[in-house]
Amino acid sequence: MSPIVKLLAQRIALSLLLLLLISIVIFAGTIVLPGDVAQSILGQSATPEALANLRAELGVNDPPVQRYFAWLFGAMQGDLGTALTSGQDIAQALSSRFWNTLFLAFWAAVVAVPLAIFLGLLAVRFKDRWPDKMISAVTLASISIPEFLIGYVLMYFIAVKLRWFPSVAMVNDNMGLFEKLNAIALPIAVLTLVVLAHMMRMTRAAILNVMQSAYIETAELKGLNAFQVIYRHAFPNAIAPIVNVVMLNLAYLVVGVVVIEVVFVYPGMGQYLVDHVSKRDVPVVQACGLIFAAVYIGLNMIADIVAILSNPRLRHPK
Amino acid sequence: MSDTLLKVRDLKIGATIYPPGERPRDIEIVHGVSFDLAPGKVLGLIGESGAGKSTIGLASMAYGRGGVKITGGEVWVNGRDILKGSHKDIRKLRGAEVTYVSQSAAASFNPAKKIMDQVVEAAVEQKKFSRKEAEARARVLFAKLGLPDPDNIGERYPHQVSGGQLQRCMTALALCPEPDLVVFDEPTTALDVTTQIDVLMAIKEAIRDTGVAALYITHDLAVVAQVSDDIMVLRMGNTVEYGHVDQIINNPQEEYTKALVSVRSIEHEEKAPTEEPVLSVRNITARYKGTQFDVLHNVNVDLYPGQTLAVVGESGSGKSTLARVITGLLPPREGEIEFAGRKLSPDLKGRSREDLRELQMIYQMADVAMNPRQTVGTIIGRPLEFYFGMRGAEKKKRIIELLDEIELGEKFIDRYPAELSGGQKQRVCIARSLAAKPKMIICDEVTSALDPLVADGILKLLLDLQKIEDVAYLFITHDLATVRAISDNIAVMYQGKVQRYGGKSKVLSPPFDDYTDLLLSSVPEMKLGWLEEVIAHRKMESAGN
Repeated sequence: MSPIVKLLAQRIALSLLLLLLISIVIFAGTIVLPGDVAQSILGQSATPEALANLRAELGVNDPPVQRYFAWLFGAMQGDLGTALTSGQDIAQALSSRFWNTLFLAFWAAVVAVPLAIFLGLLAVRFKDRWPDKMISAVTLASISIPEFLIGYVLMYFIAVKLRWFPSVAMVNDNMGLFEKLNAIALPIAVLTLVVLAHMMRMTRAAILNVMQSAYIETAELKGLNAFQVIYRHAFPNAIAPIVNVVMLNLAYLVVGVVVIEVVFVYPGMGQYLVDHVSKRDVPVVQACGLIFAAVYIGLNMIADIVAILSNPRLRHPK
Repeated sequence: MSDTLLKVRDLKIGATIYPPGERPRDIEIVHGVSFDLAPGKVLGLIGESGAGKSTIGLASMAYGRGGVKITGGEVWVNGRDILKGSHKDIRKLRGAEVTYVSQSAAASFNPAKKIMDQVVEAAVEQKKFSRKEAEARARVLFAKLGLPDPDNIGERYPHQVSGGQLQRCMTALALCPEPDLVVFDEPTTALDVTTQIDVLMAIKEAIRDTGVAALYITHDLAVVAQVSDDIMVLRMGNTVEYGHVDQIINNPQEEYTKALVSVRSIEHEEKAPTEEPVLSVRNITARYKGTQFDVLHNVNVDLYPGQTLAVVGESGSGKSTLARVITGLLPPREGEIEFAGRKLSPDLKGRSREDLRELQMIYQMADVAMNPRQTVGTIIGRPLEFYFGMRGAEKKKRIIELLDEIELGEKFIDRYPAELSGGQKQRVCIARSLAAKPKMIICDEVTSALDPLVADGILKLLLDLQKIEDVAYLFITHDLATVRAISDNIAVMYQGKVQRYGGKSKVLSPPFDDYTDLLLSSVPEMKLGWLEEVIAHRKMESAGN
């Protein structure tokens, strides 16, 4: 087996193992949490008999290990259980919301990633001059302001005053792509501002690090202009760290959009999760936790795979 | 002057330095240098580190490395003063009229791109050739430079070829756009001596066949004598002497040039082995953890009290691994080590404090072998405390004694490593190892990073100290001149085996085995025409076989 295949196999196996461990932690965590679901479902009408019946029905009395495996095998077959509070099938309820969240995250990434990398390259080209300082200042300011505040400010000016885009990002299946994009323009803008600084600064740092190398001098002495040097010679060697930070931010776009979804009343997973946490609906919380963990681990795994593939020493062994 | 390709007049170059705790200030590092170079000729720029030779070479491309700025003078290339040109003019010059070959091809090739893409890039970008023409030209150059499989080597990545091959690829890169001038900046310094001779010959022939002019920068006068028409000797940014190669080598006028020509003047009489060796290496076979092959095979050497055993070999020969085995950093697979009449534990953990004290080590990189935040006094005082429990006035007295022995003196006691020159740092490292009163010191390439005259001083000091302290040296080096200067016994290592071993006179006298012959005959001699002689001799021999 070639070393690169072995490395990739190891990395993928490690991700699966990690996901398994996380599933244990999620399951154990929701068991340890105080509170009684049966109590909160029944509320006023909780007689001791009703409580005991409901607990038996919910399977709360079974040993935890048995419940864990039942839950895990269910999840692996796409059965995430039923929500305690509404009796809905979780997988069904989640799927449209999950796709909505991915839809928002995808379009935010389409805007933010190229923009961040371009700004990073620009900052390197004009290092320590005014474009670099301005890019740094603006992106740092945007990351420092809480996202809900940016959200409300944009909403006030762009949606209420200028009426360019709607303030509430309601989407449904009957809308066309353009309509949908129009609806989520503001959340995309906010998310872009939030993740831009991190990716741009990392791009700048990674490329500047490479710019110290002797082969950059070689490129300069070939008479290439500054952008050719950065783009042809520095960027290919800075891919691994850049992809790493991009993936971390993509994960944030999927997992961390809770606030934005609430601000813009967007029908994504975040809002669904928040609703059910407050109702102590353990199966829903577990399902969301598992999906978020899978997204996080998956994206970081992709980052590592890209890093391995971008290393010419591994791609082309001696 | 139409017959002058490169004309440099009163070139002044400055840099901004940032001394710790002070305000940055501008200093001048090249103080008005002038020279001419005709088409097709080679000018050698020679000097120690800090002489400004690389800086001058890069100035001929209007390039300043780091914070270096050209502050005055004129640099005329093909009848234009390039220092007056715009950014665009300068970009058109670089990679088209003037190209550059750096010291470390391994670092100067982009690891993420194929060799061919990098070799033809300048020629294509500067519109000298189409991509197809440039590739054809590159393949011709690969063949001319003696690279294996010239038709396909361009498809490889830099890490897939050896250091010597990559240095030839770098030369092809520089010649591909058909420049008028190539700046060679120490192109063979990082190579092994047996590789250097081939690369040197390839470069020389390429210069001759393409009719390109060259600036050849090096610290090694013997090397530059083989390729240059003229030589300029530089020191601290000033021209010391400038003349025809024959005059510089055979009839130097200035004291400094004379010192460079006659460097390695040390005469050291070989001592006969005494009865009991202080160190006996017996049947050592070793490999690194997680690898499948032995890097040392059945090594046997002895070192006698108060004498020097030189272990000489090229990179990968196992000489540094031998040092690791002796110090206990790498326990051997087989064999044992006897030291001062007792068997040494193979593992560092199993050794007593006395074992550690009596076996000291000095490293190649003196500046990273010292804590930069400790003063010289603290650095030298540490072994005195650790091994002898010295304190206060007693310790200080001994530190001053040691500072006198290394010819630095008491005034250095409160200085920090950053305030010392390279040679002074290495002296402090020597004092630190002597402070332990060892029976034996392992010297691992201790003069390799130093300029020749400074290295000479260190070697003389080591020999003097050997007489005073009666200490034995295991001297690891790749430099045969150093070996000649200081050794009593020599072990020539090749591919993990001791190829040849014995007294200095015996090892360095014929009849030789093939490898030792190759090694010895590859060391550049301070003689015009040496390179051609050796190559012709080798061709004759291989024809005879």
